[in-house]
Amino acid sequence: MKVKELLFKPILESNPIALQILGICSALAVTSSLNVTLVMCVALTVVTAFANLFVSLVRNQIPGSIRIIVQMTIIASLVIVVDQVLKAVAYDLSKQLSVFVGLIITNCIVMGRAEAFAMKNGPGASFLDGIGNGLGYSAMLIALATIRELLGSGKLLGYEVLPLVTDGGWYVSNGLLLLPPSAFFLIGLIIWGLRAFQPAQVEEEEFKICPNTVKEA
Amino acid sequence: MANNDSTSKTITVALLLCIVCSVVVSTAAVMLKPAQVANKKLDFNRNILAAAGLLEESKSVDEQFAQIATKWVDLNTGKFTDAVNADSKYDQRKASKDPAQSTELSGKEDLAKISRRENISEVYLVEGANGIETVILPIKGYGLWSTLYGFLALGSDMNTVVGMGFYEHGETPGLGGEVDNPNWKSQWVDKKVYAADGSVALGVVKGKAATGSEHDIDGLSGATLTGRGVDNLIKFWLGENGYADFLANLKKGEA
Repeated sequence: MKVKELLFKPILESNPIALQILGICSALAVTSSLNVTLVMCVALTVVTAFANLFVSLVRNQIPGSIRIIVQMTIIASLVIVVDQVLKAVAYDLSKQLSVFVGLIITNCIVMGRAEAFAMKNGPGASFLDGIGNGLGYSAMLIALATIRELLGSGKLLGYEVLPLVTDGGWYVSNGLLLLPPSAFFLIGLIIWGLRAFQPAQVEEEEFKICPNTVKEA
Repeated sequence: MANNDSTSKTITVALLLCIVCSVVVSTAAVMLKPAQVANKKLDFNRNILAAAGLLEESKSVDEQFAQIATKWVDLNTGKFTDAVNADSKYDQRKASKDPAQSTELSGKEDLAKISRRENISEVYLVEGANGIETVILPIKGYGLWSTLYGFLALGSDMNTVVGMGFYEHGETPGLGGEVDNPNWKSQWVDKKVYAADGSVALGVVKGKAATGSEHDIDGLSGATLTGRGVDNLIKFWLGENGYADFLANLKKGEA
């Protein structure tokens, strides 16, 4: 039960992007094609899981004053290793991802989970939490990338699904979906859908806006 | 737990962490280096073949690359040079930054925004029964965010484009990154480089190229600056500071 909760709760109930609102930046940047998105998801899941594991292993030794830097160093080292491995075994994909793999370092999900979970829990649970949050991130990114690539360029994983007008087909592509802001709109719609489905996710309002007391002239 | 925050503990933890992390990172970098270099070389050669329109997915890149001859050109004289050869491990990219091996460009000459141009450039030739069939020239220049590195292949008349492609750039995926779009690249084929008066006419225009135009390439929507960068680098490399002399010599058979 515990394992299941750690792994699958972040997918719908506490999705890192939809509920925790972490890792939005890369969700905008890499989701214009599904292929790149999948590699990014795997890379991020690996980094989050191992960063959680290592932070958790040394959590009792970390001085409070430098804990963020310690977490950062661990994460940065892992990201560099992942980047090197990608360059060695999947050169074409690493070329497409280019700078985004390096930017996993600044992805708030990795940092957020290390600080919020791994600092307080054992290595096993932390590792699973990392994988779970990686899966939550992946689920959201794959949903975004599917919509954006299909409607933006009429393809999925590079294979033509909707033949484009420019290639003699019938589908007029939606250029907006290839631009990063479109992911904002899509994420907003998904968050709306999730919260309509699970009202428990809606935050309480921090303050109420008072009615207007000044009479209009 | 309580003494975790003492100064000595803080420094020890920081030091140990740094040592462990740096060992891990450098081990990974050193172990994977050969595979990365091989990948890079393979990708480079594949792009040369792709620009020349010779790439066949079914055959290995090394096998196909055997038909291509690598030569070196002195860009100042426009002739082949023996100053470097396959054994001297000439690194063109390094040379373009080395004052001894490159020429500084004035603001007016520097269309491609590369500030220095190497004196010797590697070129790739495909030779057939009737002499040179295709010549593949490395080109580079600044787009919006990054330097674009690529190849332009010309046919035996040194004027007709056989193919064009970039193998390294950091332009925005989906916008400037569309320079990799096969449909866009296919427009380059059979375009002519030089106008009747000898100036470089090949280039990327804003919006759609006029139908039947011999020199114009459609602009990329949403990537005006990358398009302009590509236009500039074509104008530079095929112009008098680039390969113009070499191409003229090659045509006369005097290279």
